[in-house]
Amino acid sequence: MFYQGILLFCSLLLLGFAQAQDDIPRVQVADPYLEMQTGAGSGYPVYHVVERGEWVQILKRKTEWFKVRTERGKEGWVRREQMARTLTPAGAPLQIHDVAEGDFARRRWEMGISSGDFSGATIISAWTDYSFTHNLSLELSASHILGSYSSSIMGNVSLLAHPFPEWRFSPYFALGTGVIQTTPKTALVQTRDRMNNTSHVGLGLRVYLTKRFIMRFDYKNLVIFSSQNENQEISVWQIGFSAFY
Amino acid sequence: MANWFFSILLKSTFLLLTLVSGLVWSSVVVDASEETLTEEKPVIEPEVYRREIDESKIDSENFEATVFAGLMSVEDFGVNNIIGARLAFHVSEGFFFEAGVGQTTTTKTSYERLSGSVELLTNEQRRLSYYNLSVGYNLLPGEAFLTRKLAFNTAFYLIGGIGSTTFAGDDRYTINYGFGYRFLATDWLAVHADVRNHVFDMELLGEKRSTNNIEMSLGLSIFF
Repeated sequence: MFYQGILLFCSLLLLGFAQAQDDIPRVQVADPYLEMQTGAGSGYPVYHVVERGEWVQILKRKTEWFKVRTERGKEGWVRREQMARTLTPAGAPLQIHDVAEGDFARRRWEMGISSGDFSGATIISAWTDYSFTHNLSLELSASHILGSYSSSIMGNVSLLAHPFPEWRFSPYFALGTGVIQTTPKTALVQTRDRMNNTSHVGLGLRVYLTKRFIMRFDYKNLVIFSSQNENQEISVWQIGFSAFY
Repeated sequence: MANWFFSILLKSTFLLLTLVSGLVWSSVVVDASEETLTEEKPVIEPEVYRREIDESKIDSENFEATVFAGLMSVEDFGVNNIIGARLAFHVSEGFFFEAGVGQTTTTKTSYERLSGSVELLTNEQRRLSYYNLSVGYNLLPGEAFLTRKLAFNTAFYLIGGIGSTTFAGDDRYTINYGFGYRFLATDWLAVHADVRNHVFDMELLGEKRSTNNIEMSLGLSIFF
């Protein structure tokens, strides 16, 4: 019974493997030869070459490297530039999209982290941004503010306007609201946590770096609506990095 | 007699003609149907798997999830076991972003042990936890040769970043930096050895000062 189970499992595995084999995309080498390296990095040695006209299967991808298998079963890593010069079964060049500056203006989702100054305290933020149009986007952000006397958690929703989305140095304006929860440090006299609403106006600059990456400079004028007589007004400066899709 | 003979000849000729014409007709029909068939299916197929390749269908393994365990030396509070997890996104063959969390429970300071009854921290405050966001760079990618025929890909990397450490009741802004070694057992499974310094300010024992808290860990990661 046990062995039958193993046999059944193995045959199922083989069946699954055989089916998976059919789905593996194949490309034909069009260059004089295709270089296969031992690892997914430019320093790894070339240990096998595939000649023009031969077919290879594309198994997987790591960053800009593709793992391929030859008809004789040899496996190795090929750089993106070489893969882009192979042919699909239809005879067309393999389409591998190289993210360029043009994609920056057409981005939908952006995710990033930033850090900076929150009127003397240090702020760490993570945000995600969704573009409705080329000029308008909605941003959600979460921040951790670490000060000498207290630490705070802040959540914000902002509407961003990008007047020049196609520029490499693209400025933006922000308007938003949020909440902030402040916990005083234990070294001080014990006071209880405070939860306050906030609103902010801001401006900033996105700089397209390379591939999918953006650098961002951000300034916010934040108003914390406190239960005391005076509202707190705070300048928040941040610098961050993000990736877009 | 002649009439009878002629009628037989006429009938047989007619029959023959019908037969021949029938045969010819049927052969024409067969030919025509064969022609329509051959029009639908060419005799020589140029390629059976005629299709385009969708780039997004190629399985990409740029994320790496790690669990790790090791030792963390927390200044004045002993060397203690630490466990944690990390999630990395590999951007290029060189750079990767990493988010990490870790937790340890610190032990008493020498001062507390010697004095006997003094307790600087409550049990809750002795627990140290941190999170960080870091950037890493694979400085020395390479291969490790276990036997003559068995080689594994490896990388020595530098890493640094920012984050927060919750310890002794407060959140503390923390800078971390260090180095690590990644040993790829397969394309998707790796073993890590890491050394990381976590620098944060402490004001518990009087004046505020910067502390260095070194962590050594071994991790297991999968790429997906």
